[in-house]
Amino acid sequence: MHELSFEPDDRYNAFLAVCKKAPYGKGKLSGIAIAVKDNISTRGIETTCASKILKGYIPPYDAHAVELLRQSGAAIVGKTNMDEFGMGTTTENSAFGPTLNPCDTNRVPGGSSGGSAAAVAGNMVRMALGTDTGGSIRCPAAFCGIVGLKPTYGRVSRYGLIAYANSLEQIGPMGQNVSEVSTLLQVIAGKDRHDSTTYDRPYNHNPVADIKGLKIGIPTEYFGEGVDPKVAGVVKTAISRLEELGASTVPCSIPSMKYALAAYYVTCTCEASSNLARFDGVRYGPAADSKKSWHDAYKEVRKAGFGTEVRRRIMLGTFALSSGYYGKYYAKAQVARENVKADFARLFSEVDLIAGPTMPTIAFRLKEKSDPLSMYLSDILTVPANLAGIPAISVPCGKADGMPVGLQIMGRPFEDERVIDAAYAYEQAVN
Amino acid sequence: MVTEKDVEHIAELADIGINTDELGTFTHQFNAILDYFDVLDQVKGDTTITRDLTNIMREDIVEPSLPQNEVLKNAAAQEDGFIKAPRVM
Repeated sequence: MHELSFEPDDRYNAFLAVCKKAPYGKGKLSGIAIAVKDNISTRGIETTCASKILKGYIPPYDAHAVELLRQSGAAIVGKTNMDEFGMGTTTENSAFGPTLNPCDTNRVPGGSSGGSAAAVAGNMVRMALGTDTGGSIRCPAAFCGIVGLKPTYGRVSRYGLIAYANSLEQIGPMGQNVSEVSTLLQVIAGKDRHDSTTYDRPYNHNPVADIKGLKIGIPTEYFGEGVDPKVAGVVKTAISRLEELGASTVPCSIPSMKYALAAYYVTCTCEASSNLARFDGVRYGPAADSKKSWHDAYKEVRKAGFGTEVRRRIMLGTFALSSGYYGKYYAKAQVARENVKADFARLFSEVDLIAGPTMPTIAFRLKEKSDPLSMYLSDILTVPANLAGIPAISVPCGKADGMPVGLQIMGRPFEDERVIDAAYAYEQAVN
Repeated sequence: MVTEKDVEHIAELADIGINTDELGTFTHQFNAILDYFDVLDQVKGDTTITRDLTNIMREDIVEPSLPQNEVLKNAAAQEDGFIKAPRVM
């Protein structure tokens, strides 16, 4: 075993924990510094999900993805800041202060994997793990000008990922370029007996910069209302670059987009209300007062330990699942989700890839999104891929008002390879 | 339309704890968000959800698990090798 010294100048508050002497071994990633989002369990390293309720929690085991990183020789150098439990689009919902965007420190890095994105964009590490429930890898990748991939649902084990909305979320790679994202996916993808939703679909691909003959669908909804025309313009230029590289593009439509965001927020808050019931101060976290009655003790711990957005989502989910409302919200959201999947299946019988902006705007200014609904609305272009379980990548494609813009490329389930190749072809052509 | 009383009830169900002075803001925000969710009323039909996954079983054989001290390490209140929980009766 060797040790890597790691003492970054963390002026962006990207890290919640730093391993100054990070052990590493032999392998494909030998000695390479990798940052890990703080909702992914790391044996012996404090893991808080950026929440006061997990302050001091030291996981007794590694997440499967972390175990694979260690086996490949990587040096786990620290845990990165995030929106508490992954709930947010800015990394401002952290109990330990916001992360700043390295491209402009008056702006947010995006979220919820904002710490991982800032660590990569700020050159503290080359690669990081993030998690993506409704855009949490792709949004900060776009806002910070790096590459981030949400793999196909089931391609990477969620064992050891502290669950927020388990039917939607995936661990995925973030890096300074497409090759690094691909290398990291090679290490973390594959079947895991501890996560029964994983498939035996390892990823052994090296990116190839060739998209000749591919057909790319351009959904009108991705350039519609709410999308900043400057961002749309930058992305359209990037898409014409894909055409120059030999791909053909066709306009298309995803009619279910009109209720995708609502379906997403109903589903994720319902799952959160169930998943986060475990945080009661008994097995971990601040002690519940054992002299008080069960409900009183839990209420006390949870009110003090959870931030406002987490409490809001738990309550929304509890409401949407409560007697008399289940049919109106949760059941309808699942039908809408199937419609989103069906729309993508239909489109992917005609096109090989779908492309558009990752985010409707550039990075927000700090404290700009103070109203929860307006923050939720900014996830409109990323949540469809989570609802459908398909792979989606964000690759930097230029700037608007001096800030990075991300080109989002989505593909058929388990065609992460093709999504990566297209992003690689674009990246190679412009750099 | 949810009222402050509804929000109080939801907080109770979720064991989330809520202060009286927070009720107004949460109620206002919930109504805005639930109004937005009303778009789901336009969704037609009820699809049966199918997943192309099957149950994964294994033989019921004891496998290595975490030792007791590791399991207890993160529990703030313990007694005689057990985790101490609030009273339920």
